Amino acid sequence: MSTTHIQLDAQGRLLHFLTIEGLTYHHLTEILDTAESLRGVAERRVKKLPTLHGKTVVNLFFEASTRTRTTFELAAKRLSADVLNLNIATSSAVKGESLLDTLRNIEAMQCDMFVMRHPQSGAAEFMARYVKPHIAVLNAGDGRHAHPTQAMLDVFTIRRHKPDFPSLQIAIVGDILHSRVARSLIHALSILGAGEIRVIAPRTLLPAQVEDLGVRVFHHLADGLRDVDVVVMLRLQRERMEGALLPSEQEFFQQYGLTEERLALTKADAIVMHPGPINRGVEIDSHVADGPRSVILEQVTNGIAVRMAIMSITLGHHHARLTGEET
Amino acid sequence: MRTVIQGGRVIDPAQQTDRVADLFIAEGRIVGLGRSPSDFTPEQVIDAHHHIVCPGLIDLCARLREPGQEHKATIASETRAAAARGVTTLVCPPDTDPVIDEPAVLEWIRRRAKFAGQARVLALGALTYRLRGERLAEMAALKEAGCVGVSDGGRPVTNARVLRRALEYAATFDLTVFLTPLDPELGNGLAHEGPVATRMGLPGIPVAAETGMIARDLELIRDLGVRVHFGRLSSARAVELIARAQAEGLPVTADVAIHHLHLTDMDLTQFDSRCHVRPPLRGRRDQEVLRTGLASGVLTALCSDHQPHEPDAKQAPLGDTEPGIAGLDTLLGLSLRLVQDGVLPLPALIERLTWGPARILGLDSGHLGVGARADVCVFDPEAHWRVEPGSLNSRGQNSPFLDWELPGRVTHTLLEGRMVYESTRFGP
Repeated sequence: MSTTHIQLDAQGRLLHFLTIEGLTYHHLTEILDTAESLRGVAERRVKKLPTLHGKTVVNLFFEASTRTRTTFELAAKRLSADVLNLNIATSSAVKGESLLDTLRNIEAMQCDMFVMRHPQSGAAEFMARYVKPHIAVLNAGDGRHAHPTQAMLDVFTIRRHKPDFPSLQIAIVGDILHSRVARSLIHALSILGAGEIRVIAPRTLLPAQVEDLGVRVFHHLADGLRDVDVVVMLRLQRERMEGALLPSEQEFFQQYGLTEERLALTKADAIVMHPGPINRGVEIDSHVADGPRSVILEQVTNGIAVRMAIMSITLGHHHARLTGEET
Repeated sequence: MRTVIQGGRVIDPAQQTDRVADLFIAEGRIVGLGRSPSDFTPEQVIDAHHHIVCPGLIDLCARLREPGQEHKATIASETRAAAARGVTTLVCPPDTDPVIDEPAVLEWIRRRAKFAGQARVLALGALTYRLRGERLAEMAALKEAGCVGVSDGGRPVTNARVLRRALEYAATFDLTVFLTPLDPELGNGLAHEGPVATRMGLPGIPVAAETGMIARDLELIRDLGVRVHFGRLSSARAVELIARAQAEGLPVTADVAIHHLHLTDMDLTQFDSRCHVRPPLRGRRDQEVLRTGLASGVLTALCSDHQPHEPDAKQAPLGDTEPGIAGLDTLLGLSLRLVQDGVLPLPALIERLTWGPARILGLDSGHLGVGARADVCVFDPEAHWRVEPGSLNSRGQNSPFLDWELPGRVTHTLLEGRMVYESTRFGP
């Protein structure tokens, strides 16, 4: 939307990785191709590359996370970086030091990269605006806004199974309203030219005018799943029941839960994805989650390579910028 | 002090005056326009050639942050900022700490304002005790102490029974009730519900959070015949509701904050916390209808909705910041831009900033008739200034209008005939 986004330098290279929105086909394929080449590292006897040797990566998590934080940590370690994990549980009632103070303190520890998850939309952009120029910020999820590394690992996983995006119909099912995963994935799929992106949810779980994001809206699972190539199930947070958005988990599962019968409506070779952690029996039936069409665990594995790719690309651009080299 | 303001274009909407004339002031009052009163020997001459001379501006909603939030601003700092921008009367809402729900708080504010001496500070009393929306405030005592109305102070009364009784009780003492319609539950969000909020993952505030409250309030007003002013409308639909109510003869008035006429939700696309306001910035069409409403007179006043903040209050991810814009410094300049944009003619604009709010408040003020208090603003409409941190007089530097070029440099501000601001040749 803006002319030059804060995550890009004047040449359009990634300095931070904050949101998929505004990136080009080239940005995305560069990440995907790099991730593809890094995927083999895990198969080696010594699972390490020297790319980030001597660099310090800080995982700054203001929200609970196991999977995302761990895969970021592994990605950094496989690139030989030193990793510091900071889990700062906050609630709006008990305010600790300000985000800016936290930032300054960690900066003072001479770090090179921040990986941040925060409950407020826009938090990663805020960090990127205030950090010293040598530091790269990677968004590990900000409020409802964006979760760009998740989107990249999702499209990476899709590409490995179904590389021809224009021919694909993809359905995202569940709590779109609160989902940063959905927003980032929709942008990534649009940029890669996906044939059709569908969202399937009751009206209470869809944000206003969601069609503007370039998606086709379905309210009934059976209609939306018909002939799709990829199904992405979203996690349903328990607190949605309290906000009068849904009556019960049971009713949600009956209407929107992915079962084997419903999966039969999709194309015969359709794959099932989920960003995790899954709620068995709420949004997805165990038979589907553990079934042959599920690529959920593959997503987790791919997450490491994709995050390694994003880390090396952004820090590489920082290095190039600071030393005046061309990349 | 006898003063003559010479050669300016005098715009006094209350008298429908718009001509080049000398304005004569003595003993703090206007004593003549055009012709000098007999035996008038001025002690002070203000040269206003090529300048506009108009009543001092009346700002219906300015938070001065005192008492309670002196780390943001003080009555002294903000009245000084007001004087420098031609604002001579400020109305502060009751959501101070302590709340203006007893005469002592008002008395304290008045003393501080008198001590500062830069602008007249009026206050709205609380409609309910502690603004909690549960029990009535002592409105009769507040009126006797000098409150110019009573208000929900930005915390709408959700309980319709309490509101109905509060409206009736206020009307008993001929108090105008100032309401800010935004349902706290439905309005529990960060941005106008629509494509921008959706894209940015910001919790949306639907238009119905505003119009639902207005519709309810209008029904109560229809039953009771009480006088109500709706402050800070944000949506096209709200303007339409008020226009229809006025056409039906209901005693309702409304205002708009100046930033709603210049910004939309698109200004939030960079997560700019300076644009975090309540009610939220809405869409392009809302802005157009608000502008039309101001021009047609459905909205009878234009205010700053001044909310100065310390830097920390805005330096955080959007959802962790406090809402509000420090608007006093840019009120006149942004208003004059509406004239440039062809929204309304200059005299009508001046009316919305002076006589319009004065009538809402029921004050004999905001005009330059003989005998009126000499609250006067003199400004050069052709002089432009750039909004820069150093150019803002308010303690609050939280303006989204930084780097804007605004017309209208105030050269003199008089409060009851006394010069409270005079620009230096090079200064702002």
